[in-house]
Amino acid sequence: MSTAEMTAEMIGIELPRSPESPKEFKGKVTPDWCVGCGDFGVLNSLQRALFELGLKPHEVLCVSGIGCSSNLPGYINTYGMHTLHGRSLPVATGAKLGNHKLNVIATGGDGDGYGIGGNHLMHTARRNIDITYLVMNNQIYGLTTGQISPTSRPDMKTKSTPFGNLEYPINPITSAIMNGATYVARGYSADPKHLTEIIKNGIEHKGFSLIDVFSPCVTFNHDNDFKFFKPRIKKLEDEDHDPTDWKAACEKAMAWGDEIYIGLFHENDRPSLDSLEMVLDSGIPLARRPLGLSGEQGEKLISRMM
Amino acid sequence: MSVNGIDFSIAIGGAAGQGIATPGNILARMFGRRGLHLYAYNAYQSIIRGGHILLTLRIRDQEVHSHGDGLDLLLCLNQDTMDRHLGILGPGARVLYNSDKVEPGAVPDGVVLCPMPIAELAGDSKNKLIQNTISLGVMMSVLGAEFSMLEEALEQAFKRKGAAVVDENVIMARAGYDHAAANFEPFPEPMPEGDKPLAMWTGNSALAMGGAAAGVKFYAAYPMSPSTGVLHWFAQHSHELGIMVRQVEDEIGVANMVIGAAHAGCRAMCATSGGGFALMTEAIGAAAMMEIPAVFINVMRAGPSTGVPTKTEQGDLWQVLGASQGDFERFIVAPLDVLDAYNCVPELFNLVDRAQCPGIIISDLLISEGTFNVDPDLLDLQPEIDRGALLVDPSPNGNYLRYLDTESGISPRVTPGHEGFVHTVATDEHDEDGVIISDEFTHPHKRRRSVEKRARKFLGVCADVPAPTLEGPEDAEVTLLGWGSTYGVIKEAIEMLAEQGVVANQLAIKWIVPFHSEVVEEILTSAKHVLLVENNYSGQFARYLRSETGFAPNGHIRKYDGEPFMPHHIVEGVVELLDSEAAIHVPYQEIIV
Repeated sequence: MSTAEMTAEMIGIELPRSPESPKEFKGKVTPDWCVGCGDFGVLNSLQRALFELGLKPHEVLCVSGIGCSSNLPGYINTYGMHTLHGRSLPVATGAKLGNHKLNVIATGGDGDGYGIGGNHLMHTARRNIDITYLVMNNQIYGLTTGQISPTSRPDMKTKSTPFGNLEYPINPITSAIMNGATYVARGYSADPKHLTEIIKNGIEHKGFSLIDVFSPCVTFNHDNDFKFFKPRIKKLEDEDHDPTDWKAACEKAMAWGDEIYIGLFHENDRPSLDSLEMVLDSGIPLARRPLGLSGEQGEKLISRMM
Repeated sequence: MSVNGIDFSIAIGGAAGQGIATPGNILARMFGRRGLHLYAYNAYQSIIRGGHILLTLRIRDQEVHSHGDGLDLLLCLNQDTMDRHLGILGPGARVLYNSDKVEPGAVPDGVVLCPMPIAELAGDSKNKLIQNTISLGVMMSVLGAEFSMLEEALEQAFKRKGAAVVDENVIMARAGYDHAAANFEPFPEPMPEGDKPLAMWTGNSALAMGGAAAGVKFYAAYPMSPSTGVLHWFAQHSHELGIMVRQVEDEIGVANMVIGAAHAGCRAMCATSGGGFALMTEAIGAAAMMEIPAVFINVMRAGPSTGVPTKTEQGDLWQVLGASQGDFERFIVAPLDVLDAYNCVPELFNLVDRAQCPGIIISDLLISEGTFNVDPDLLDLQPEIDRGALLVDPSPNGNYLRYLDTESGISPRVTPGHEGFVHTVATDEHDEDGVIISDEFTHPHKRRRSVEKRARKFLGVCADVPAPTLEGPEDAEVTLLGWGSTYGVIKEAIEMLAEQGVVANQLAIKWIVPFHSEVVEEILTSAKHVLLVENNYSGQFARYLRSETGFAPNGHIRKYDGEPFMPHHIVEGVVELLDSEAAIHVPYQEIIV
């Protein structure tokens, strides 16, 4: 029995109960994703990760943008915010700073996070705020019925590129490393066991964690489907990869041929924004502090104006 | 100087980089300590070195509401200032200038030249800005003020730089003071003293302080003139007051971060100008849809687009009225002056917390970047804080619905982190439980209910803000109507009109939304002759007034050259419009800055 449990028993109160199964993280709504969508594997892995970490639903806030995968907060039993297209990271940052006791997880897709919200990714990475960002990367715009995304391969033919994609894809892993993210990993939705571990480590990591997940779109992307990934996926854990070596991490992240790596590319212990910010030193979340100025604070302000 | 006590304007002109701000601040504090009222307007340009700056400080021994009409003392830090402004000075005005470098041109009758031999007075000082300190000494003497007043102010201004810097400045100021006493005739009336010392602040610091008093715990911004002063104030006070302050990559990030912090339970706020506000607009709609209270400040500058970043305008009214797609309500307040800028922040936070919605403050460069003295006793440092239906320490009841459809439309609000209240908020249309009804569960009846629930929160909110009232004689010949920052200059124009025998009163609009349309319509239809004064070309408020009341004023006084109204601009407009068939008067800006 823990100290908290003993105290609770002594004074006769009931402690918040930890979930007994990942199913307790199941949301009110059944996902409306297409049958076979990669996002199911990501949702299940996230639910299992939260369960295995012993977290309680009210201790977690999932913040998403817009897109198929951004519907996730509705499908999980935690606090949730289904925000604007591309804006999950700034909203999640504000929420984390407003109540830094929350476990804040941002979720979304490649269009949401690497396209319209791309600028925020760069800055959230360098800010190194303690949130975990889970990107369900299917290399296509699905909800708008099939156009190229920032991670679509060159030459790919879609409704918006009937003559083939002329643009080069973004590499989220190297981008995040270059911009200062302190936990950068990649998962594959068809390997939920591996993904669950990555998510757990990402949540436990103190700092900004980007977890890019290959989450194939079975309806609109017939190039990068499960058949494409299955023979290519290799785990970094099976290689002799040192995650503190960011150069090696970038090299591994650039591999896109017969071998495509998943796993932890890079991790370092640069302090997170919330741990550096003196305003949070007292430990009490800003949102739970008394409002307004004390008499002494007011007097000081006035005296400086004289 | 006026017969009704002291009314005195000092201008300091020079190029950016010549250090105008420091003597300006020293003067402002000095006058404040002496209990004199100050209204300072800095006409400047978007340039770090060069260009032309003219800082006008108007001082009165009673309340002062505008930067006035004329200049009594002009300090020329360069030739350009002399060339631009000597011609507009009237009899009795003093012109101070460095006679080593600046040549006066054709001197108008009665203007007194005060040439300062700066090189001789500076001796072997290596300080390039020393002419500013010498000039302050000269100014004190010409104003008939005792030197100790300046000495004290110099000590305060430079103490952080060490005793040697203080000493050098005091010695140089003394040299200027003594030189002036021996060579220049002071103004006939010496500088009086007010009843009690006054505090000094800017409009932006008032907005920030109002936020701190309202309990803001999270402030985010992207620097943008003329709103950046709010960021600087918050950043400077963040540790002392326990306020999280973040400079963010863009205003989209700013507004969304504010929404995140507000959803966590903080009072959260941000400020920008029109261009940044444009980027924030989608988020403002998100705050409305998710029912998250937050405050967004737009400090207007001359637009459109990048426009004139350092010049004032009231051109963003329809931008804030229409900010974000969709059909929803938001509060909009246009503070009338600096004290109002301070007060409107806690007022607005209480309204948005009660209605769980976005609120917008629409300020402008004139108020925000102006420097003013204020009686510190007028500042309510512990304003009422009403967080509405926010459940601070809720006990779980098992069936919490974030968007519970209540009679008032207001649903009890619980912030993330509380056990037993787990819920999701969404920018998609949603049902009472937050589950989205925009795709699989699309349902016209639920959509209608949600729209009506949100709209119901605003029924009757007009009663929560004071109705505007007529200021001045009820049976006035002319009623001057304005909104926001024109309040002060109209008030002074009315005093001047009275001297000319024209009886005028003012209706100043502070609350744009909610708008007391019935009260306004009644006042205006009862008025003899209504003239609407606004700082824009097209008459943005005129259109809003017509949309809310159907009322059209008899005439309009509009200015859109980037510079704020001076009282005589309005006086001349009133006289012209009363005497002619013209519908619009556009004042001529005499001071070219």
